Amino acid sequence: MGKLTWSAIPLGQPIQMAASLTVTLFILATLALVTWKGWWPYLWREWLTSVDHKRIGIMYVLLALVLLNRGFIDAIMMRSQQAIAAGGAQGYLPPERYDQIFSAHGTIMIFFMAMPFMVGLMNFVVPLQLGVRDVAFPVLNAVSFWLTASGALLVNLSLVVGEFARTGWLAYPPLSELQFSPGVGVDYYLWALQISGVGTLLAGINLVTTILKTRAPGMLYMRMPIFCWTALASNLLICAAFPILTATFGMLLLDRYVGMHFFTNAGGGNAMLYFNLIWAWGHPEVYILILPAFGIFSEVIATFAEKQLFGYRSMVLATMAIFILSFMVWLHHFFTMGAGANVNAFFGLMTMIIAVPTGVKVFNWLFTLYRGRIRFEVPLMWALGFMVTFVVGGMTGVLMAVPPADFMLHNSLFLVAHFHNVIIGGVLFGGMAGYNYWFPKAFGFTLDRRLGKVSFWCWLIGFYLAFMPLYVLGLMGMTRRMQHYADRSWQPYLIVAEVGALVILCGIIATVAQLIVSIRTRESRRDRDGDPWNGRTLEWSTASPPPAYNFAAMPQVEALDAFWDMKQRGASRLRDAYESIEMPSNSANGFVTAFFAVVTGFAMIWHIWWMAIMGLVCALATLLAFGWIERVDDEVSGDELARVEQARFRQAESG
Amino acid sequence: MQNSHPRTSGDSAPGDMDETSGSLASYTAGFFFALILTGASFVVARSHLLWAPGLPVGLAVLAIAQMGVHLVFFLHLSSGPDNTNNVLALAFGVLIVALVVSGSLWIMYNLNLNMMPASAVMEMQH
Amino acid sequence: MSASAQMTAADGAGPAPVRIVVAYGFWIFLLSDIIMFSALFATYAVLRGQTDGGPTGRDLFDLHSAAVETVCLLCSSYTCGLGLLAVERHRINLFYWAFALTFTLGATFLGLEIAEFARMLAAGAGPSRSAFLSAFFSLVGLHGVHITVGLVWIVFITAQLAVRGPREFVLRRLRCFSLFWHALDIIWIALLSLVYLGAQ
Repeated sequence: MGKLTWSAIPLGQPIQMAASLTVTLFILATLALVTWKGWWPYLWREWLTSVDHKRIGIMYVLLALVLLNRGFIDAIMMRSQQAIAAGGAQGYLPPERYDQIFSAHGTIMIFFMAMPFMVGLMNFVVPLQLGVRDVAFPVLNAVSFWLTASGALLVNLSLVVGEFARTGWLAYPPLSELQFSPGVGVDYYLWALQISGVGTLLAGINLVTTILKTRAPGMLYMRMPIFCWTALASNLLICAAFPILTATFGMLLLDRYVGMHFFTNAGGGNAMLYFNLIWAWGHPEVYILILPAFGIFSEVIATFAEKQLFGYRSMVLATMAIFILSFMVWLHHFFTMGAGANVNAFFGLMTMIIAVPTGVKVFNWLFTLYRGRIRFEVPLMWALGFMVTFVVGGMTGVLMAVPPADFMLHNSLFLVAHFHNVIIGGVLFGGMAGYNYWFPKAFGFTLDRRLGKVSFWCWLIGFYLAFMPLYVLGLMGMTRRMQHYADRSWQPYLIVAEVGALVILCGIIATVAQLIVSIRTRESRRDRDGDPWNGRTLEWSTASPPPAYNFAAMPQVEALDAFWDMKQRGASRLRDAYESIEMPSNSANGFVTAFFAVVTGFAMIWHIWWMAIMGLVCALATLLAFGWIERVDDEVSGDELARVEQARFRQAESG
Repeated sequence: MQNSHPRTSGDSAPGDMDETSGSLASYTAGFFFALILTGASFVVARSHLLWAPGLPVGLAVLAIAQMGVHLVFFLHLSSGPDNTNNVLALAFGVLIVALVVSGSLWIMYNLNLNMMPASAVMEMQH
Repeated sequence: MSASAQMTAADGAGPAPVRIVVAYGFWIFLLSDIIMFSALFATYAVLRGQTDGGPTGRDLFDLHSAAVETVCLLCSSYTCGLGLLAVERHRINLFYWAFALTFTLGATFLGLEIAEFARMLAAGAGPSRSAFLSAFFSLVGLHGVHITVGLVWIVFITAQLAVRGPREFVLRRLRCFSLFWHALDIIWIALLSLVYLGAQ
């Protein structure tokens, strides 16, 4: 069994044992409940083998919300440690443990929370907004999701069996090389991310093709919802950037497994090459995360101001400008590594320039709100919180874009505060806005408004309490990732930060409570006509939840904000007759491939070569077997469509 | 079923052929052009026909020309309106490749320039 | 398929036909693959001087072998194109011959490359000898892995064509294969120029 022995289970370490037991028991309890209630056939048929973009989108968002909790627990542990480990105190987390926690926190939050959240929302919404029935490649979509879930599983497995990386979320060499990290931690990191990276790349290809090649009749480029434009830019970035990540991690894996010398100290290797390549991926990655969030805010602001988005054209141009520029700034993540003044100046200037189109967007949002008929629903509150918070974060970013300033602030808590500012204020707030906004479309009832507002305010206040002190500490000289520190004058700030984290915890609890309460009282908030917010885009023209085929007949689009236009024209949505349609049938391809991916990854991590080969061969066989079988689509007859549509409009009129 | 369609409207898939592009003549022409360019690359690299410092540029030009031959004669990429999406996607890919390769070279060159020489690093470790 | 079905989303005529959607999606995938190669090309360009006192490209590369490999791959691209032409014109037997040739030429290329790797390994110039060799083996090796995938694909698609007939879904995959195979030849041109010829 390679390097795997019973000592891989952390019996001697109380905190890790407690965490492992909790996670394991939770998973076992869930599996037991499902078995006892006899839900397996339903789950297999309706979710695990589904190729429906709506189901897949929901599973992505569910994955993100579950892992938000795991990543947040890591955060609370770090805040607690830093709040007490002042002067000579050592806190409760030894350095080896603390290093794993901050590495896991970053890895999970970026790859398994923020990415799935955005990809899930794009998956659910984009085909509906485009007026089509599914993404371009539904089976590939399922494969993408299950590969992402495989990566998440592997990272969490490291909690129970073995250890995680101690290298930070980007695993810089030479620390991440075999010489300095001989354990399995870095291997868990690399294999989990390689597997989920393939899934993400395939999802990027899928959504780009969907947006460019499959849209409803009449939906010209300049009639696409702005969320689809930002989704296009984000997914083009995925297609361009993720191959670089795959190549770079591949090279590090070759160093570790075969003894090559890409980034080693010996043999002529160059560790700085890793920095260069990983950030050539890393910077586009943050734009991959933020662009869909910008799109969500554009939709939400326009809907709840009851006004068309101000400056649609300039928004599209700004989005495409950000998209191109995001590939020209990556050195700003390592100004201090000695590239010299010319190089630093170029990338510093480009970084400042990229702030301009974002500013254009902020002004457009403000002008949309101005003289609108504002409704302070929960999604809009998240949007307003975003606008203030993100601008602050953006400004600190532009501040660090100045290389001389960055020489003082690089890798300080100022940097940590900046990126949490923009990721929480931007991506997370966007995810929460999108979650509240599109929840009724997915499940047929809105979320409880009061608890939604409680959650928002806890997050907003908690965020400022947790991160504003970090800006001050960064300016006072505190570096990041400190397990303990000598300067006692830093402690009050860190205690305030800890309080902030606890307030955010209240926000998370409020979100969970909101879901539970909303399900319990769903009848009082039932979405009967599919349009709970008086929306502007095509997804609101379908039932809530939409039928598997989304649209009984593809809508004919005549203008921007297609659904609003239909409502103004009083266009009838019921047709005399419907043509039969074919929908892709379920496929176990994704689930089975992912299963073998996990086996292969786990085997490679622990050097169990026979298992790795077996896993790889089985994965290949799965690919060929599913490729050989000819897929049979399910047909939905025209009569069935007519029946469903008539029932829906009858119910909407009476209900 | 013939895969031909009018080129004046609509959209074509990458690799689509019609009467002019999907012919034996066009494939064969492309094959011979590519063969000539390959031979030229070898000759240029081994002999002293090109001024030595200009050799990388010469090889690059020949390589790019041959890639173009492949794209036009084998992949039937054209500048027609039906190929716009395909050409734009290619242009995007080429841009990213150019940024990654040239950016990496520029950055790494500058980083290495400012690095301590390896011998000095080794001395410090003793 | 009427002429109006050729209009697509850009003209506001609704979703594109499946044939176009599949080929375009595959085209995007190929471009992403080329970007992955470019990261390795950049790595090779940066590390090619780092021989750690060991052998250089000039010492190791056999240009005759590289020339034969190049001609094999180029010819296999040509025969692949002929195979596609044959299928479009319903000459299935011609297709089998063309693709048998394509496979043979591709396998020859791979065999020569493996022989070259074996020779270098035996001479102690393996990928763990120096950064330059790591970059060489991984760049050329990744291309070789793609060729291997292509060979498996030829066997698979030929079998599927033989068993299922020239159905539309089989033809779509065949067209994707030809895009793939031509792209591999394009990458080889860059490889040849930068690695083998550039070492002289």
